[in-house]
Amino acid sequence: MKQTVLHNDEIAPGVFWLGVDRKHDFKAGQTVKVGLGDDLPPRIYSICSGNKDAELRILFNIKEDGALTPKLAKLKPGDEVRISEPGGSFIGTPEPAVWIATGTGIAPFFSMLKSGLRTDAILLHGVRRTDQFYFRDIWEEMLGERYHRFCSGEESAGAMRGRVNCFFDVHEPPEGRRFYLCGQASMCVEMRDLLIARGVPFTDIVTEIYF
Amino acid sequence: MKPALFGKTLNELTELAVALGLPKFTGKQLADWLYKKEIDSIESMSNLSKKARALLAENYCFGLHAPAKVQESVDGTRKYLFKTATENFIETAMIPFKERRTVCVSSQVGCKMGCLFCMTGKQGFQGQLSAGDIVNQIRSIAEYNEVTNIVYMGMGEPFDNLDEVLKSIEILTAEWGYAMSPRRITVSSIGITPGLIRFLNESEAHLAISLHTPFHEERQQLMPVQIAYPLEEVIDEIRRWDFSGQRRVSFEYIVFHGLNDTVRHVKELCRLLNGIRCRINLIRFHPVPGTPLQGTDEETLQWFKDELNKRGLLTTIRASRGQDIYAACGLLSTKALSGKKG
Repeated sequence: MKQTVLHNDEIAPGVFWLGVDRKHDFKAGQTVKVGLGDDLPPRIYSICSGNKDAELRILFNIKEDGALTPKLAKLKPGDEVRISEPGGSFIGTPEPAVWIATGTGIAPFFSMLKSGLRTDAILLHGVRRTDQFYFRDIWEEMLGERYHRFCSGEESAGAMRGRVNCFFDVHEPPEGRRFYLCGQASMCVEMRDLLIARGVPFTDIVTEIYF
Repeated sequence: MKPALFGKTLNELTELAVALGLPKFTGKQLADWLYKKEIDSIESMSNLSKKARALLAENYCFGLHAPAKVQESVDGTRKYLFKTATENFIETAMIPFKERRTVCVSSQVGCKMGCLFCMTGKQGFQGQLSAGDIVNQIRSIAEYNEVTNIVYMGMGEPFDNLDEVLKSIEILTAEWGYAMSPRRITVSSIGITPGLIRFLNESEAHLAISLHTPFHEERQQLMPVQIAYPLEEVIDEIRRWDFSGQRRVSFEYIVFHGLNDTVRHVKELCRLLNGIRCRINLIRFHPVPGTPLQGTDEETLQWFKDELNKRGLLTTIRASRGQDIYAACGLLSTKALSGKKG
């Protein structure tokens, strides 16, 4: 469906938060296919806004070898973009949750939070640089001490130095929670293996890999 | 490193010849040398002028890579380790069975798909293979002249590298290439719908889909792809195609103890695949380190097969081959070699 870009804010170097009118209902955690109506195949992005918000937003970073994202980054308010109906089944449930993300994999959890799904969730967010802790103020305000940051590329005040799995060097996986993993394949696979090795049933782990 | 000639299509060879100021027909001559004759150097292309060969050698390399290592199983299966043009490592299996010699090729270095039961998925993704890297896995093994079948079931998800996979199939099947029948080639995918549609449109090779359970929730736990591309969508697309002729579709199903080996699964598989002319290949699970899954026992495996057959779904059990050298289904991995370039 053709949509008009309302916002395309660069919220960190090379990272954009693009918004259009929300035309459909969706469940927090779902995705949309985004394209430009040209020869490039559309790509799937997690929705990064609340399901009652007037705007539907996506979060993306410019891929060095990517074909679509450099073009998406150049979109200005008033430009046209193609956005599909929402789909996918990485959907939050009312059960207590642990959200684990790397980089822009934070998007579906932001949608869950903004949709009022779980404000008692534990969030682990791993990034390379301090400026990649997207929406940090909101997380801090809403989750408080349940918001844990990990920075692998540099020292970052208040964040643990290292990758997101460092959390489990000092904590046992909390019991009675469902684990949602979102981000690059390597993190998701390693984290899933780690959780399983620490006694979490694989049926309590939901994984969305950014293919 | 110079780009390789091996792995280029006739159109690409013609274009590069013209760009070098060579006659257009040089493209066809190059294709003959690359894919119909057993040479491994530009210098050996004796019907090209010395000047043309020098010009080509100045700008390109031939592009064949001999295997770095070969292991042989007690059952005759061989596993080849190749170093790719990008200095990564991949594995290829050659599976002999009676008169057949089936080569199981990799399409990526590692894999992004993260299936819970797969060793390749545990090594993450290190890069795409070129069409040359893919075809080289057939051309550079000892059994090259005996190969009867090719299956894209090695490392990686073929539909996540579809441009190069389709190019490799073109080289294998075109008259100017190896002129193999596409009916001797099977591409196996976990079901990425846009790739599936393109593959079915642009190729005549057989299709295999990794199914593993007909239930959404269970498949989502085993295969994260289910979240983005649900099986129902894949099956709907397959229903739009005619598989009643020579082109075949099959479904792969690793049978896990207590997870997907029940009568409930039999019934749901029958409902899901009703009306599709297909075969189900049941596969024994080859455990990977740290897995929470277990393979089903032989008695249940046989029962599961019989129940599906009784209900009209043609079902077979795939023989496990090369398990002792980690060449069997789901066991290929070059994780230990990741980062060991050169």
